Amino acid sequence: MTELSVSRPKLIALQVLVAVLLIGFWHVGSSVPIFGVYILPKFFFSTPGDVAMRIVKLFSGTMIWKHLWITLTETVLAFVIGSVAGVVFGFWFARRPLVAAVFDPYLKMANALPRVVLAPIFMLWLGLGIWSKVALGVTLVFFIVFFNVYQGVKEVSPAVLANARMLGMNERQLFRHVYWPSALSWMFSSLHTSVGFALVGAVVGEYLGSAAGLGYLIHEAEGVFDVTGVFAGMVILAAFVLLVDAVVTKVENRLLVWRPDAAGRT
Amino acid sequence: MHPPSSPAVALDRISIVYGGPGGYEAVAPTSLAVAQGEFVAIVGPTGCGKSTLLNAAAGLLKPASGEVGILGRPLAGLNGDAGYLFQQDSLMPWKTALDNVAIGLEVAGTPRPDALARAAQWLAKVGLAAFGNRYPHQLSGGQRKRVGLAQVLIRNPKILLMDEPFGPLDAQTRLIMGNLLLELWAADRKAVLFVTHDLEEAIALADRVVIMSSGPAATIIGDHAIDLPRPRDAMEVRLDKCFHELHHGIWSQLRGEVLKAYQGTAA
Ligand SMILES: Nc1ncnc2c1ncn2[C@@H]1O[C@H](COP(=O)(O)OP(=O)(O)OP(=O)(O)O)[C@@H](O)[C@H]1O
Ligand SMILES: [Mg+2]
Repeated sequence: MTELSVSRPKLIALQVLVAVLLIGFWHVGSSVPIFGVYILPKFFFSTPGDVAMRIVKLFSGTMIWKHLWITLTETVLAFVIGSVAGVVFGFWFARRPLVAAVFDPYLKMANALPRVVLAPIFMLWLGLGIWSKVALGVTLVFFIVFFNVYQGVKEVSPAVLANARMLGMNERQLFRHVYWPSALSWMFSSLHTSVGFALVGAVVGEYLGSAAGLGYLIHEAEGVFDVTGVFAGMVILAAFVLLVDAVVTKVENRLLVWRPDAAGRT
Repeated sequence: MHPPSSPAVALDRISIVYGGPGGYEAVAPTSLAVAQGEFVAIVGPTGCGKSTLLNAAAGLLKPASGEVGILGRPLAGLNGDAGYLFQQDSLMPWKTALDNVAIGLEVAGTPRPDALARAAQWLAKVGLAAFGNRYPHQLSGGQRKRVGLAQVLIRNPKILLMDEPFGPLDAQTRLIMGNLLLELWAADRKAVLFVTHDLEEAIALADRVVIMSSGPAATIIGDHAIDLPRPRDAMEVRLDKCFHELHHGIWSQLRGEVLKAYQGTAA
């Protein structure tokens, strides 16, 4: 990788510039007629001002907090359940090659399945409440964590393993001091992806059928061609994702201090 | 306990075959004994089977034929009397230097505070007192090797297996490490089996230098006693006249093997 050679303030300034340009283009396109036509007609694209006003209005009420809370709850539950299951099965499969060999084709099949097709089934089974969304998120998170933990256990350096054995470790101690930290590091390296997928599962689930959450908010607005509402929902979702991602980065840097690539990061 | 006369390590006509019967015979039947308190260096061309031999002595590899005896008993499973300094990096990357050194005591049941205190002493002995909370990737190659040495020695093994412990280091650091090793070894005279490709280093440190032939089916073809006086200084001993005679004698034998190994891989 090539080293980043700009200072932090300059980088942020550039990032802000991109946003300003995009919003500026959007604003001009939707509010300033060029030879009598709007490039971005209001009906299809709304305007940045309207969207901003809608967001302010949403946040001055109390309902938005309930929606955010629901989506957050679903995301966290999907992440936790999917991760725990992924860790348990990842370890089990890595340490029992026969189990891994037997289930290999089924895992590949299950993982290749587009999860959206499962959403209606989960709703049938679990109802329209949060659990059908959690289940959808779990099916996404599980496989990411599972494959990473499996890899982490398999890829322990043979020299480190032999050394640990020579230092007198029994199976239980090997698990605790060698396999577990290695698997965990692989799992955390995919933390951004798995948290992201937990959120995707929640929002898509809400979108396809529910009475609360950010996905529901967007779906509801779409149902009445309220483009301003759709964009407002998307902006809130994007901000929410950034926030969750920042928290994940914090956690990651705490837990992976020992890794060469994590150390240089700030 | 074991009778004091039995050798610390006795490889008795062991052969090692990779890939099951009919596979690649790395080591042909070879015998080698290391007495208690003796420092034996193994020198041989690259790929001849030096690491393989150490792995057999450590119990990590089972010989296809022959027997490994440790302190008078036949070896079954891992060699619990041996400390092994590996050729490759083998510190746990997720543990700090201090934790890496302490782990050998911890898994043996020493309470953690005691283990950490002893580990700090050992880090000081290898000159890394200030580096306890660094992770392996924050250490230089030579520092990692020193942590590895402390990690192995803290368990006070009766036998020390070392596989090119100073391999990636520059010439000056090798000398310093050699002296450190001699100093630590002089304190309690463990049996040492020391692999190196540096003949001068082998002569400077060891009581005996054995030469391995180039593979496949490598075996020991020379066994030279090094009767230089101790205590030695890894640097100054090289200026000794006897050192040159020994070096000349052993090198004339080793050179042929190194050439053979080179032609073997080049062909
Ligand atoms: N796991 C393995 N499977 C098959 N062949 C192997 C294996 N390990 C080593 N060998 C072969 O056995 C021979 C001896 O290997 P070994 O690692 O003991 O050499 P070495 O003397 O330690 O070499 P170096 O000085 O380069 O470390 C080599 O030809 C190598 O290719
Ligand atoms: Mg080797």
